[in-house]
Amino acid sequence: MSALMQEMGDKALALGVPLAVQVDLTYRCNERCVHCYLDHDDHGEMTTTEIKHLLDELADAGVFILTLSGGEILMRRDFFEILEYARQLTFCVKLKTNGVLIREREAARIRDLGVESVQVSIYSHRPEVHDAITLVPGSLKRSLTAIRFLKSQGIKVTIANVLMTENMQDYQDVRALADELGVRATLDPTVTPMMDGNRSTLRLGAEENALKRLFRDQSLVGDVDEYCAVPSKPNEDELQALPCSAGHTAAYVSPYGDVYPCVQFPLTCGNVRRQRFIDIWRHSEQLKEVRSIRLKDLTSCSQCTHGSTCTRCPGLAFMEGNMRGPSTQDCEKSFARTGIPSANLLSRKPAAVNLVQIRATPNIAQASA
Amino acid sequence: MSKLYIARSPKLAARVLDGEMMIMSGQDSTLFTLNKTATVIWQAADGKTTLEEIVERRIVPEFEIDADAALQDAETLARELASHGILQVSEEPIAPANPAAGDAQ
Ligand code: SF4
Ligand code: SF4
Repeated sequence: MSALMQEMGDKALALGVPLAVQVDLTYRCNERCVHCYLDHDDHGEMTTTEIKHLLDELADAGVFILTLSGGEILMRRDFFEILEYARQLTFCVKLKTNGVLIREREAARIRDLGVESVQVSIYSHRPEVHDAITLVPGSLKRSLTAIRFLKSQGIKVTIANVLMTENMQDYQDVRALADELGVRATLDPTVTPMMDGNRSTLRLGAEENALKRLFRDQSLVGDVDEYCAVPSKPNEDELQALPCSAGHTAAYVSPYGDVYPCVQFPLTCGNVRRQRFIDIWRHSEQLKEVRSIRLKDLTSCSQCTHGSTCTRCPGLAFMEGNMRGPSTQDCEKSFARTGIPSANLLSRKPAAVNLVQIRATPNIAQASA
Repeated sequence: MSKLYIARSPKLAARVLDGEMMIMSGQDSTLFTLNKTATVIWQAADGKTTLEEIVERRIVPEFEIDADAALQDAETLARELASHGILQVSEEPIAPANPAAGDAQ
């Protein structure tokens, strides 16, 4: 982030301005990624008029960066109408897409409309791995073709790669592919639970040893010793820190108009079909609560040695049951990085070895039945 | 001094934050911020109003400054913004280039 952007972010925080908002236009999708956290049915998406009205409200509220995502944004027939309207309101528009429906014509239109950047998900350089994740044969080829069309129009493209057990071994090749295509690449070893609370997708996440290797890859983290150093407990200043931008300078709106602090923080704070966005932003009790939380208020994390260096996501903690609690996925990452387990992790380690032995003894099992 | 017309470039992203305009260039994602006076000029840059009129009507009364000095500053500013591709400057009125990138709010 540039120093100027940081300065604008600080100003927005001080003034209570939602600088960045993600709007998911639809949860429908033409891929079926195995790790996806969404239900792809249409439960009554906002209409074109409703979305335009929302965009007016977001512009009035001071939103500068507007991310349009989904689902797959191009599944909406009115996508370009919405995009054109957003650009008339001079948002800095970023798009997230799988690219499957982007051909030369769409890429040219995206360029003409002055989109800031486009993020395309690529899970592997190998079709047999990427397509096995999207569950759509030929999807890697189509996504890469889209990236080439977008690049040839001079559009800034980023490849986003979610790392799971299935594609972990390929991340360096994906980065090489990004270099070859002349685009940026990001990778994230976080699999998000389903929005409805179902946590079955988490089984796809990278194993501990794979994470350890990832965090020790110098080409990713730079100084490995520094990155993986044993942290010291948070100091007084760090205990006053905000967890992240969610609800402070950033928000999320679902295709049904629900407002959350972040796409990964499904705490309903209001609905733009019934209330003005700015009223939700300013007066929602849920957002006020999110905003009130500092590291010192977190039950385990304030006492945890990882407190100041952990990537703890309050949204993941919320999905685990307590927005002031730890996020076990982040505890696992902190452990893989430093070798120091958090108290939360220690309390979850299976202490079941003895019990298994007891159950293996038929007589005792019968005796306790 | 000849008449100068100024127009906001298309393909920019822009929003006012605390009276100051944030502008992101569509070409290379460089972020600019304009101070309050420059923001007023940029917002008034419709391609139809001359810089002189903008300064006379919007800057001089609001910021209580000398008209000649203000116009000179405004012209320097306009040329600088033009060099970054965020403003178009011409001696003729400028037609809107791309309706999609439309008027700044
Ligand atoms: S840490 Fe979690 S809640 Fe915060 S912005 Fe990131 S994804 Fe959203
Ligand atoms: S490691 Fe776990 S308990 Fe410690 S700060 Fe991170 S999320 Fe909280």
